[in-house]
Amino acid sequence: MILAVPVQALFGQLLIGLINGSFYALLSLGLAIIFGLLNVVNFAHGALYMLGAFVAWFLLEKAGIGYWPALLLAPLAVGLLGAAIERTLLRRLTGLDPLYGLLLTYGLALILQGVFLNFFGSSGLPYEMPTQLQGGQALPFMFLPNYRMWVIGVSLIICLGTWAVTEGTRLGSRLRAATENAPLVSAFGINVPRMITVTYALGVGLAALAGVLAAPIYRVGPLMGADLIIVVFAVVVIGGMGSILGSIITGFVLGILEGLTKVFYPEASNTVIFVVMAIVLLVRPAGLFGKQA
Amino acid sequence: MSEASVQRIETAAVSQRVPIAVLVVLVLAAPWVVYPVFAMKALCFALFACAFNLLLGYVGLLSFGHALFFGGASYASAHAALVWGWPPELAVLFSMVVGAALGLLVGLIAIRRQGIYFAMITLALAQMFYFYCLRAEFTGGENGIQAVPRGHLENRYAMYYFVAGVFLAGFLIIYRIIHSPFGQVLKAIRENEPRAISLGYKADRYKVLAFVLSASLAALAGGTKAIVFQLASLTDVHWGMSGEVILMTLIGGMGTIFGPVAGAVFFTTIENYLSQAGSWVLVAEGAIFVVSVLAFRRGMFGELSRLLKRPL
Amino acid sequence: MNARIALLLALALPLAARAEITGKVIRIGVLNDQSGLYADIAGQGSVVAAKMAVEDFGKIPDATVEVVFGDHQNKPDVGSNLARQWYDVDGVDMIIDVPTSSVALAISQLTKEKNKVFIGSGPGTSDLTGKSCSPNTVHWTYDTYALAHTTGLAEVQSGGKTWFFLTADYAFGAALERDTSAVVKAAGGEVLGSVKHPLNTTDFSSFLLQAQASKAQVIGLANAGGDTINAIKAAAEFGIVKGGQKLAGLLVFISDIHALGLQTAQGLLLSESFYWDKDQKTRAWSKRFADKSGGKMPTMVQAGVYAGVLHYLKAVKALKSDADGKAVVEEMKKLPTDDPLFGKGTIRADGRKIHPMYLYEVKKPSESKGPWDYYKLIKEVPGDQAFRPLDQDNCSLVSKK
Repeated sequence: MILAVPVQALFGQLLIGLINGSFYALLSLGLAIIFGLLNVVNFAHGALYMLGAFVAWFLLEKAGIGYWPALLLAPLAVGLLGAAIERTLLRRLTGLDPLYGLLLTYGLALILQGVFLNFFGSSGLPYEMPTQLQGGQALPFMFLPNYRMWVIGVSLIICLGTWAVTEGTRLGSRLRAATENAPLVSAFGINVPRMITVTYALGVGLAALAGVLAAPIYRVGPLMGADLIIVVFAVVVIGGMGSILGSIITGFVLGILEGLTKVFYPEASNTVIFVVMAIVLLVRPAGLFGKQA
Repeated sequence: MSEASVQRIETAAVSQRVPIAVLVVLVLAAPWVVYPVFAMKALCFALFACAFNLLLGYVGLLSFGHALFFGGASYASAHAALVWGWPPELAVLFSMVVGAALGLLVGLIAIRRQGIYFAMITLALAQMFYFYCLRAEFTGGENGIQAVPRGHLENRYAMYYFVAGVFLAGFLIIYRIIHSPFGQVLKAIRENEPRAISLGYKADRYKVLAFVLSASLAALAGGTKAIVFQLASLTDVHWGMSGEVILMTLIGGMGTIFGPVAGAVFFTTIENYLSQAGSWVLVAEGAIFVVSVLAFRRGMFGELSRLLKRPL
Repeated sequence: MNARIALLLALALPLAARAEITGKVIRIGVLNDQSGLYADIAGQGSVVAAKMAVEDFGKIPDATVEVVFGDHQNKPDVGSNLARQWYDVDGVDMIIDVPTSSVALAISQLTKEKNKVFIGSGPGTSDLTGKSCSPNTVHWTYDTYALAHTTGLAEVQSGGKTWFFLTADYAFGAALERDTSAVVKAAGGEVLGSVKHPLNTTDFSSFLLQAQASKAQVIGLANAGGDTINAIKAAAEFGIVKGGQKLAGLLVFISDIHALGLQTAQGLLLSESFYWDKDQKTRAWSKRFADKSGGKMPTMVQAGVYAGVLHYLKAVKALKSDADGKAVVEEMKKLPTDDPLFGKGTIRADGRKIHPMYLYEVKKPSESKGPWDYYKLIKEVPGDQAFRPLDQDNCSLVSKK
């Protein structure tokens, strides 16, 4: 027993904390990518995560298309929507105070949530877990559902893959260069506006993927992203939005921290991340991985 | 300060006497023309929006967590009136003190970062406060604090004129702040913070002070609202409320004096009409945000001010 | 200039919304959640039920009866604002339904101030007839005490002696846990532990793990709405019921079971005061209701709206007036109730409507003959045993002899 909690329960909760951490990591990764290049804090990220889950639900309900194709189709669809949003709306805000980007995307989030609330109510819809991932392993310290292992695995692969691409490939280096100095990069003949559109689409595609992953375990509901996005904001403030690896690590670590809090002091589990944020701000304002301004 | 700038401030003050007079007349006449409860709601939100605008329009700081002060004060005032039996005036004053204290706490943490980060931090802190209010004993959780007594303000007109008095007092305080040397420094910090610092102004202290003032006046609005509706609930500390006050200020006109009042009245009216349309209110709110940010950034009074070529 | 005129217009618009209050119209306001969490439990179905009651009651001399409805969005401020406008401006005489206890408490308070009538068919909090009781309020259908007693007591008596609670961390959840714990212990059972989860939790895995580890025979879900549904879903995913533990929903409605499906919800224990398939009379009425509601069977909340409106109209007809809310409620307490849905019953001095409660278990998919055939009756608890006794009420209306 550790601190009056059985070891089994502790490991079980740690594992579950990793699952929450996966979602935090995926979402803060998307936010960090978008902020890095567009200087926009995408408040609509939570709503687009929700949209990803709903697209998966629609595909299943109306077209009989199941989970596996949805994993690809939903991010694609939402990514296309993201590209459209960027070209028609966000582009007009280049050069303005980034706060306007925040407000615009906040408005978009309200519209998306409001429309879905109207048609689907707030209690959410069920989404069938794919049969291949049902059931679980009866481990000595807990019954671990297969699906949750899958979620952790996929998020790790996607997050680390994205990080590898941005750090190691030409595309990635161009992206990073454009963040530093867009006019210079376009002087090299690189189509910066198109890169920006693609980046935004990619970022929201990641959010939509997280939504599809979430659909079988959290019900598909219009408000599923609303409170989540605020926690993700805290995660990126803690991690510092400059660094992609930073957001990934912070996401997973905070998920685990939250899981531990649920064991020792469950009442505080939904505020612990904000408390950490306040502490980090007082001690290291730029964030754990951020660069000092 | 130079002669010219002093003259400009004085001219501004004089040229605004007429709009202020109109505002006072409208406020005093309102309960005879419309349902007084509706008018009181509009006034509370107008004060809230003006307090918020002090921070956004004049210091350039976007706080996405102002519901913390509005709602927190609402609970404080309700508690003082119901549990301690204080008369409404004292309860409201108490809520202002609570708001100032909360403002100091939040301000000291949030000022560490700027711009976007400042907004996200205030949002996160407000959310933390929301979760605290959800669980705390004295807030009544989901039920809120109910049956808040109005004390000796039972008569609906007495209640209204109290609220009108509070609004006008708050409005005038903000007016004086904006047109004072302190207000000038705030504007200087908004325009070019490094230069203001190089001139010897401790920007951080000014920002925190402005934050505390904004929080106190938002608290005044929240505390009054609790007495008007005899209820303090979680809605007042929810992030949606923070978003609403931003919307009111945006459509009314950031950085204008009368803009937030108009924005609050406009928004309260729309909400009244759409209240039975369920979630379409959210869609309308979102659409107004998007349209305003794209094409109407100056807001109603901002555009009006430009047309008439005088500050409003 | 334009802005000032616009301002004036904006201020004047609400004036147009005013209506005239006439004494010849009995206006009933159905106030509930039309679009959110409780839309299926009450929602438009309650409006249908109210209108059916008005039709079935027949003509009242010298008066017409109107039914209006509104959405309180589960928020006490929205609900009380709308109710205030209804009472002040729109001439509403009686408000009925109001699921969501926080809103109900606000409406009860407001109704007392304005001397109208409030019949709570939807809310659960037993405070409505306890420390927050009012001479203008009648609490119909159910309350948390009755649910705790029926589910808790009957289940312990059927063998489920050890309990573990999953409690939503807010006042209502705490009240549910407290009431049920007391019953379980008094009946000879044991509470092995409990865990509090934040309100609106989507992921119950960690909490259910703890419940599983406790090895309690019964896991009590002291929460409501989306939390209950998510908890039941997660329990199915973790194989809780298959592993031998029972789930007891302390506030579950038939519409929730319909949404979850029998595969997920089978074996769940719950209490209701009305089930459409209980007897011949309820079946007949429910069929009429379903025809008007697109095939949905009524929940106990909607049934309570029907019965409540009937009894209210009975009292108003006897008094020949709807003006004095307190007097109408007194009349409602004097007259015994009798309707096809709840049978014969009475309304006590504290405003509590008394009728039997029933403990049900959700059928397995193989046991069900068709949609909405979800419950099998485990036990009936008579009204005088299910509800809190008058002397424990702490209500100012009840004189202590």
